[in-house]
This record gives sequence, C-alpha cells and structure tokens, in this order.
Amino acid sequence: MGIIQPVLIVALVVLGCFNLCYGGEEFSEELLLRPLPDRKVLAHFHFESTTPPTKDYGHHHHLFPKAIYQLVHKFRIRELELSFTQGRWNYERWGGSDPISSSNAKPPGVELWAIFDVPLDQVDATWKNLTHTLSGLFCASINFLDSTTAYSSPAWAFQQSSGSIRYGALPREAVCTENLTPWLKLLPCRDKSGLASILDRPAIYRGFYHSQRLRITSNEFGSEGIEPGIDLEQTLTIVVQPDDQRTSTSYSSGKMLQPDWSIRSIFGRKISGTCVLARSSSVFLELESTLVSELNKVGVDNAASDGEQVYPGVELSVAPDQVIKERKSSSVLFEFSVKKHDYKPLDIGVKWKYPIVWSCVQAPFQANRFLMGSGNERGSIAISLRATNHQRIIVGDEFRDNCEMRVVIFQVVPWYVKIYFHTVQVFLDGRLEHTPAVIEIIQVSPSEDRVSPGVMEIALRLPCSTVSAVITVNFDKGFLHIDEYPPDANQGYDIPSAVVRFPDIQASTYYLGENSSQNSPILSKFQENNPVLSYTEVLLVPLATPDFSMPYNVITITCTVFALYFGSLLNVLRRRVGEEERLLKQKAAGKTALLPLILSKLSSKLRGRSREPSESPSPSPLLSNKLIMKVILLAGLAVAWHFYFG
Amino acid sequence: MATADANAVVPSSQPSNPKPRPIVRIGTFLISHSALFSLICCAAGILALFLLPVLAKNTYVSENALMPGSANPMFSNHDTMEANRLVKDIMDLKLSSGIAGIEISNLLGKYMTERDADVYHHNFHVQKNQFHLGNFFSDSSYSWHMKENRSCAQYGINTVAIIRAPRGDGKEAIVLVSPYNSTNIRQSDALSLGLSYSIFSLLSRVNWLAKDIIWLAADSQYGEYASVAAWLKDYHNPSFLDSDKSDDCTCPESNALLGRKDSQILQVVDGKEETKDTLSIYAEASNGQMPNLDLINIVNYLAVHRQGLHVKVAKLYSVLNAAWLRTVGQIFEFIGKTAKIVNPQWGFGISAADYVEGTATLASSIYYQALGIPTGSHGAFRDYQIDAITLEMSPRFSLYNEVRRSDFLLRGGRLLEGVIRSVNNLLEKFHQSFFLYLLSAPSKFVSVGIYMIAFMLLIIPLPMVAASLYSGPNKRESSARTNNENPDPAAAIVTSSGSKSWKWLHAAKVVFVVHLWAGLVSLIPYLVNQLPERTPTACMLVWVLLSFVSLIILYWIAGSPYSYKISHQSPNMEWAILKAVMISVASIGLGLMSIINYATAQIGAIFMVPMCLLVHPLKHAGNAGKLRVLSLTTSNMVLAVIGFPPAALLLVKGWLEGFDGVSLGDFWIWAETLWTWNSATYLYLVLIHLPCWVLCMHILLHP
Repeated sequence: MGIIQPVLIVALVVLGCFNLCYGGEEFSEELLLRPLPDRKVLAHFHFESTTPPTKDYGHHHHLFPKAIYQLVHKFRIRELELSFTQGRWNYERWGGSDPISSSNAKPPGVELWAIFDVPLDQVDATWKNLTHTLSGLFCASINFLDSTTAYSSPAWAFQQSSGSIRYGALPREAVCTENLTPWLKLLPCRDKSGLASILDRPAIYRGFYHSQRLRITSNEFGSEGIEPGIDLEQTLTIVVQPDDQRTSTSYSSGKMLQPDWSIRSIFGRKISGTCVLARSSSVFLELESTLVSELNKVGVDNAASDGEQVYPGVELSVAPDQVIKERKSSSVLFEFSVKKHDYKPLDIGVKWKYPIVWSCVQAPFQANRFLMGSGNERGSIAISLRATNHQRIIVGDEFRDNCEMRVVIFQVVPWYVKIYFHTVQVFLDGRLEHTPAVIEIIQVSPSEDRVSPGVMEIALRLPCSTVSAVITVNFDKGFLHIDEYPPDANQGYDIPSAVVRFPDIQASTYYLGENSSQNSPILSKFQENNPVLSYTEVLLVPLATPDFSMPYNVITITCTVFALYFGSLLNVLRRRVGEEERLLKQKAAGKTALLPLILSKLSSKLRGRSREPSESPSPSPLLSNKLIMKVILLAGLAVAWHFYFG
Repeated sequence: MATADANAVVPSSQPSNPKPRPIVRIGTFLISHSALFSLICCAAGILALFLLPVLAKNTYVSENALMPGSANPMFSNHDTMEANRLVKDIMDLKLSSGIAGIEISNLLGKYMTERDADVYHHNFHVQKNQFHLGNFFSDSSYSWHMKENRSCAQYGINTVAIIRAPRGDGKEAIVLVSPYNSTNIRQSDALSLGLSYSIFSLLSRVNWLAKDIIWLAADSQYGEYASVAAWLKDYHNPSFLDSDKSDDCTCPESNALLGRKDSQILQVVDGKEETKDTLSIYAEASNGQMPNLDLINIVNYLAVHRQGLHVKVAKLYSVLNAAWLRTVGQIFEFIGKTAKIVNPQWGFGISAADYVEGTATLASSIYYQALGIPTGSHGAFRDYQIDAITLEMSPRFSLYNEVRRSDFLLRGGRLLEGVIRSVNNLLEKFHQSFFLYLLSAPSKFVSVGIYMIAFMLLIIPLPMVAASLYSGPNKRESSARTNNENPDPAAAIVTSSGSKSWKWLHAAKVVFVVHLWAGLVSLIPYLVNQLPERTPTACMLVWVLLSFVSLIILYWIAGSPYSYKISHQSPNMEWAILKAVMISVASIGLGLMSIINYATAQIGAIFMVPMCLLVHPLKHAGNAGKLRVLSLTTSNMVLAVIGFPPAALLLVKGWLEGFDGVSLGDFWIWAETLWTWNSATYLYLVLIHLPCWVLCMHILLHP
C-alpha cells in the first residue's frame, strides 16, 4: 500500500498533465504557395505554437520552446517581432496590400521591435538585455542594437502602443543558414519531418527574397487580451524563380508563358508527411483575384487533359481537398491536407496552358526613398509616393475628388546624419505645398550626437487624386571619431528603411471554408485587421572617411618629433657653455689631442707643406678635411662591402 | 633671417662668439650659395622629370576583393547574336526612317523591357556654359534649362534601364554608358549599343549580381559629356516641380536607387586599321582627377591576359619621333646597362624604345591632366566622385564583316563582363589603390610620391633665392655698418632690423597691386561676353586692352612700382627685394596649384621657375664679363616671351600646325574652352602665372 499510493498519485498527475497538455499547447504547420506575376513563386511557411498562461498550466511544456518561454518571462515581453531578411520585396510586382506582403515584407537585414510589460524606466535596460539574449539565440549581431544610438521608441507612427515599445534595425546584417538553424530548432519537429523538412538550404538562399520572422504575442502579464497565454508565430517567406525548361516559348502576342513548377522543382524535395506533433498540417495554393479574373477571361474552349483542371489555363497535379473562396474579392485558395496524403509524398505542381498577364494588388502608394545631392558635406532625403492602380480600385473614381487618404511615415536616422526637420518640404503632383495643409501630425525627436538617433514621425493627409507626393528633408553629414568607424568604413553608412503605413486600409482577407478556416492559424491571421505597411529602400550615405593608415603615419611623425625634441632638450641640459669655452681656450693654448695631431701632420704631409703652427685661429678647414676623409673612407668601405658581400 | 645673417657674419670678426646651431649654419650656407644650389636643383628637377619613365612601376591590382578573371566568362555566341539583332534593327530603322531620333530610344526601351528591366526616358536640353562671375567651380560645367516653350523633339533623349540585383539591397550600382548620336547613327554607334545590350541581357539572367546595373544609352547629339552630365545631374538632384519639365516627357525622377556607382563607359569605334584588335582607355577627368588605378588595372589585366586585346592609352605622337628624346633614352639605357654590370640586382634600365614610348604616354598624361578638360564622358562621373573610365575598341577588320564582328563582339563582351563581375565583388568603394598617378604605359604608372620629387626640386630654389636676395642687401649694409661705426653686433642687429625689416613693404604693395589686377583680368571675360557680335580676335583685343587700361588705372590709384625713391642710394636693393617678394609669392602660388592640379603646376614650374630665377634688370646688367651679360639678357628676353601665356600658346600652335593659321583669337578660344569646363588651369594662368610675368617685366625694365 505504501508503495502503490505514490505510484497512483504519480500516474494520476501524469494523466492529468497529459490531458492538460493536449488541451493547452498547440502546434500547427502550414505552407502557402502563390504564383507571382513576374514568373516567380512565393512560398510562405507558417508555424505557430501556443501555450496557455502559466498560472493555469505551470512552467513545464511539451511543445512550446523553452527558450522562448524563458525569454518572455525574463523580459516580460508583451509583443516581439524579429525578422531576418535578404533581398528586396518588390512591392510593384509581388503585391503590397495583402496580409502576406504587409506583414512579411521586411527591410533587408535584421529588424526587431518589442513591447515590454515593465515600468517605463526599466524599458531601456530590458531592451538591452533582450538584444544580447536574442543575439546569442539566433547567432546574429543583434547585440549592436543595444546602444542608444541604434534604437528608438516610436510614439505612434509604427504601432499604436504605449511608450514601452522599442524599435531597431540593422540593415547590413548578412543573413544565412546560421540564423535559420536556431530558428528551426524552435520547431518541435525541427526540420526532420513535416513541412519544414522540405526546407532545402540552397533552394532558400538561391531565391530572390527570403525573410524569416519570429513573432511572439503574450498575455501573461496583462489582462486586456482575449486569448491568454503565449503565441509564437514563425514564418519564412521566400520568393524563388522556378527552373524553366520552356524559356524560349513565346506566344504570338509577345506574352511569355508562366513557368510550370512543383514543390519538388522548387525545393528539390517532396512533402513526405506531417510533423506528428502538429495539430494541423496543410498546404495552400492561392490564386489572386486579379489572376482568377484573368483566368476566367481565357474562356472555356479547351478540353480538360490529364491533370486536375480547376480553372481554364491552370492545371494542378494534385486534386485539392477543399476550395475556399474569398468573401470580398474573387481570390481562390486550394487546400491540401498533408495528413490525407500520408501514404505517398505530396508534390503539388502547377501547369500553365496559356500565357497570362496579371498584376498584383498593390498598396495605394508605391513608396520609394532616395538620397539627393553629392559630396561629403550635405544632402537630402526624399521619400516619394506614387499612386498605384490599386487606389482606383479601393476608392472608386467618383469619390476621388473629396476623399482623403492618410499616410504615416516613420523614419529613424542615425545621429551622424543630421536632419534639419524645419526643411521638410512636401511636393504634391509637382507643386510645393504649404506644409501645414498636408501634414496632419509631425513629431520629431532630433538626434543627439553619440546618444540617440533622430526620429521622424509624420502623418500626411493626401487627397485621393494625388498622383505623386514627395517629401524632402535636408541633412548635414557629421564627422565620426576614428574609433567610431565600423569595419569596411569606405562602404558608406546605412540609413535603415523608413516605414510607410496606410492606416485607412486594412490588409485582411476572409477565406470562408466549411470547417478549416476556424482552425487554420494562417487563415485566421489573414483575417486580422492589420494596416498596410511598406518599407522603403535602405539608403547608403557616403561620409568623409579618413585614410586608416593615418594613425600609423601620425604615430611615426609624432615619435620623430618627440625624438628630435628630447634630443635637443637633452643636449641643452647636458651642455655647459662656459665649460666648453674653457676647453676651447685650452685647445687653442696648444694642448691638442693625439689623434688630431697625427691626422693634421698626415694631412700636411700629403699637402707637401710644413705643418702650420697650432695657434691657427680657425681650425675649420682642417676639421672639414678630416670630416671629408672620414666620409670618403666610410663610403669606400660601404661600396666595397656592397660589391663583394652584397 | 636678418638675425641669422648677422650671427653668421659676426664670428669672423669676433672669434670668441659662440658658434650658431648647425641647422642655422646649413641654412646660411645654402642661402649664401643659392645660385649654385638653385642651378643644381633645377637641373635635378628637369632630370627627375626625364627619369620618370625609368622610375615607372608596374601596376598591380591592389584591392584583393576585385579578383579579376577568377570566374569563367558566361558571355557566349548566343549573346553576340542578341547584339547583332539589335544592331540590325537599329540600322534598318535608320534606313527606313532616315532620321532616327526618338525611334531608337523607343526601340531600345522595347528591348530593355524584354529583359525585365525598369526603363526610363530622360529628356534633357543642353545649354553651353557662359562665363559667370559667381559660379566658377561652384556649378558643374554645363547647365540645363528646361524651357517650357520647347517641344519634346528638341531635347536629347537618354534611355535608362535598371536591373535590380536579385539578392542585393539596391544601395550600389554599376553604370554602363553607351553613347550614340541619335541624329546620325553610325555602324559603330549601333555596335556599341548592341554590345551593351548583349551584356545587359546577360546580366539580367545571372545570379551573382550584388549591385544594380544601370545601362544609360546616352544620346550624344549634343556631345557625349553633355548627355551623361545631364543625366547625372538629374539623378543626383531631381526636380519635383512641374514647371521644370514639360508635361509630355517622362523624366526619371523616380531614381529609386542612389548611392555609390562605379562606372564603365563603352564605346566602339570603327577605327583605323590596326594590326590587332585594340582597346583604348581614357581616364582623365576634369582638373587632372583620375579614377582609381585599380579600375584601369582590372581592365588592362582582363584585356591583355584574358581577351588578348592590345591596350592603348593616349600618347603625344609628336614626341615619338624626336631624335633628342631617343638620345636621352639611349643614355639612360647605357647607364642602366652599366649599373647592371656593377650589380646585377640594379635593374632600372629600360630600352631606348620603351623610354621614348613611355615619355610620349607620360607627356600626354601630364598634358591632359594639366589641361583640366575631361577626355570623355567619364569626366562627368568623376565630378560626383564616381570612378569611371571610357573604353574604346577598334577592331582589326571592318565592322561589316559578319564573322569577324561576332568574334570581336565576343571578346568585347567577355572583357566587359569580367570587369563588371570584378567590380561587383567590391564591398567598399574604390579606395585601395592610387588616385594621384601618371600613366607611362597601360600597365605602368608613376605615383605621386615619385613625380612630386621633380616638382619639389624645381620649386625649392625659389624660397632659397628669395631669402638670399632679401638678405643680400641687408647683409652688405649691416656688415659695412658693423665694420665702420658700430663694433657691437647686438646694436647692429637692432639697427638693421629697425630700419631694414620694413623694406619689403613697398615691394609687397606692388606685388599685391599686380595680383589684384590679375584678379580683375580674370573677370574681364564676363564683360567681354556681353558684347554683341564678337569674334575671337576682337574679344582677345578687348581683353588685352581692358587689362592694360585697368593696370594703368590701378597704378594711378596705388602708385607705380618705380615711384619709391627712398632707397635711391642702392637701386640694386629695390629690385632685389621686389624680386624676392615676387618669387616667394610665386612659390606659394605654385605650391597651392600643385595641390589642385599637379600637372598644371609642373608645367607651369618649368616655365616660371627659370623666368623668376633669371630675371634681372636690363639696365643693371652688372659688371661681369660681356659674355655673361649677353647670355643673361638673351635668356631673359626669351623667357619673357615664352613666359607670356598667349605667346607661348601661339608659339606651340605655330610649331605644331604651322604659323599660317595662327591668329590672336586662338588664345581667346582656348581660354573660353578652359572656363567652359571649369578648368583650374585658367585660374592658374591668370591669377598666378600672369602677375608673375608682369612683375618679371617690371624687374626687367627697372630703371
């Protein structure tokens, strides 16, 4: 009895925990594929782990990564997003206002922002510790974000939040497998099984764009959230160009046929099964509304061939388990459940029958940023917004005259680029506008040398009929100390991307399925009302760079000067003028040394004259003769040495 | 210096006085023997200048990241077919429509769009730079004024295409420029467009690009430089105002990528019949600026070692056949050989033929740098601190031969691909190698550390002679005074410094007035330009006349240089001090100029230093031997003539082209070119050389 009782208790506890675990922690894996208009393919992996709050569930987890749990608790994180990106998202061709592009198109390099649940005076310290921890966790130099010159606290332009948000970006961080591996380690199945198993490293890094993202949302410490617990969302977005065997196929109309692709042709592997720990594991193929309408236009005058034909002109290699239509537009989502294909590897492929040209749904304005001016002294930054075709779709032509659109710009500028905020100018359609008429709110925090970067938050109110808007601001280039230059200083200095937000437009798509959209995390993410975001280019500012061999030169010159100085100082201190004069007089009195005497005799012999008496007042010709003799002797020795031994 | 001299003189009379410091003794020794030393220094300077081809070092690729030629070229015959297709289309267009202005631009746009590139058309209008008072140096050398009442057709149209590097972040770009004359397109222009296009289409496919590629098809009907400079200006300072551009023209103000650019400019010419396919490199930008030597190195390396092209840089052909130069070369060859016999490790000898070639190249290098006018459209890039060179290829056979043309295109394409790939490897901007250098062959250079020696040797005598001239009269007088009246040296020093040290004030005033006048002279062309219906000769005459009048007026206001009559007891001293002040000002001027443009200062020093050193009043020829007086007077007269810039130019022009075509207006035309290109040589000539010459004239005519 004494033995059975603890065993029973343990068994009960284990059973209870087991129930709780499977009621609480969840993991799901999803992959979304989408053909892009410029003959590329977007693949978006979405992994999500959730855990219930600690107070109900305890500290021990089965699925949820311990590192993230500890991170959240140690730094009391309410929200955190970390992204590693290489390449530029092409807003024009790959879309700008759908959920994927507005939340997964990230600036090149590393971007990190976090909201903390700590008192305001501890936020900076917490941020510093967090950057160091993440740096270790992801093998990246995120720790460079710890200095106050590297991060900022946006007030309202980046996110509507309290003062405990911190934002930092490292545009020059090189992203590679060393960052991907720790990211994959957070998944319960790693990349050993499930969707992550197709992540072939060369395939990812060969692409035109890849961005791995990690987002943590936790409601452990606050109470205002609806779903308590910690939510870890890991996404990997890549844009690849499928190998195309039919490159030269060109139709009479001059349009190129889209390349056929399959998962195997892109990643080199097929999906061979699910991660057994995943609650749901599915692959989606999305056809955008513009593409669908183009496909419908193609007509129905063709017979279905071997594959599964869902639309005229497109052929899928595997029949979808479910077809979901968007509520507002005509976008279509094909769902393939990996579980149902467990018996054989899943290789979803698309074949195109006709050349189809379509364009993505863009953000209302295409944002670009560039530098103006030349030289090492000053310049100006220009942010240009060009209206896209999307604006007409959203607004409609009849309302264009009296509607207005809000654009919020958030820009962080390092301190050595000294922005003059009073020089902000706004040009609308080629006219210089009166600034208060266009700018709704502007909030700036000027940079402080070596302490904090300059932050500019602007809310513009533009008429919907605006075709182009340009905001310019002038700056002076600062000088850095020699020890402040980064390695490869001649490369120039990066200004991180500006964030352009369109708060009036929501990037959300509602896919209505029979049952899946309720459980699918990716689709519920799509339904969230996120404002449309786009990032501008990173800028490269050339600053005056010293010649870095200069310290060496300076040291050499300084040492020479010091040697000369100390030599002459020593000379002055050592010499006694009175003593020397006395000695000279003694010499003049006739007591010449032996060697000069002999030499002078020798020289007088050589000259064939009798030696003059030593009272001669000027011994200088003799002395110089002696000197010349010595020099000649030395030179002769040197030449001989060089000739025979050199 | 007066105290030092007094010290130096005193010991002979008073042996108990302590000896001065050695450095002071060396100084006084040099100054007292200044004539000998200045002769030695000048001779050594000239010798060092002639030694430069011998001292030239082989170039080497300094930046490790460049790695030229480490990858196999991907440019294939398929790409040459692409090039031929475009060439054929362009020539067809020319045949069908006669004039092919905007059509070519549209055709290029169509081809570029096929390659998934972003295409822009850039319209510009060129207006030649006039002489403006305020904006010398401050503005770039051409100004563009978009006038609203002009139609699109009157503009030049550049076509710009951009390939975004797949994984790059768009911060840097490599620019490829191919100029073509849109009003009269030639086979060679079409070929250069075709070659650029084939490379462009290759680059749109490759996966190793880290920098964006910009291809600028520059419409060079108003000159190659103008179109490129117009594009660069609009690229760096785009205008957002509507009034600045006409509505129906699309302007590339959306230059989404800005940052660092490295550039090559490609140009194919249907050149003379060469024995080998030849590649010419042009590098000199405005005011003697050069692109980084590494850029030339990689082009040279790839052209010679990978593509087997014959690489040329510009030469002065008139120097090539000079007999005296050959003799100098033979002497150097002999010395080199002798040195080699003494020690086999001393390998500085080069053959006489190499020496002559090197000198011709070096002379042209110095000449183009000194002129300060860019030798091609790469100069426009250098104004924005972008390294650029122009490559010009001339084939061995006629370009109409299809087979040969393909081979030629293949080699050219592979060369350009290699260069672009190499530059693409670069992480930082070009900074490793030399910026200050002279080329003596495509693979040989003389760096600043060596060529500066010649200039320094030439310029060292100036302060020395100035000091000796200044101290000379002082010394004589003070020593006389010490011997006669005042045995106390300290008192002598005091008196001499009290009454003599302000001697130079009058001379300084004269020098200042003359320099002020020179400043006025440099501004007179602005007035002359306001004249209606002007011919170069008339302009020149007006310029000379106004200069003369202003000189007279200035003398009337400030007093003539000969009006100072206090020192009539020693007329020698007066001109000597004037000469001393003039020489020191000239040495300062030359030193400043050597920082701005070394080559100008070098050539200027060759003229100016002998003129300054030898100048002597004709009336005070001294009591030396007759022969010496005669030679001094002759050399003074000769130097006075060739030291005057217009005379020197006319003489050189007459020597090169015959004296029949030489007119006074030539100098005006030349000066106009200089200020149109904002060349600092103009400033040197008018602000440094001219006043120095005028002061020399004053001294020559000293009563």
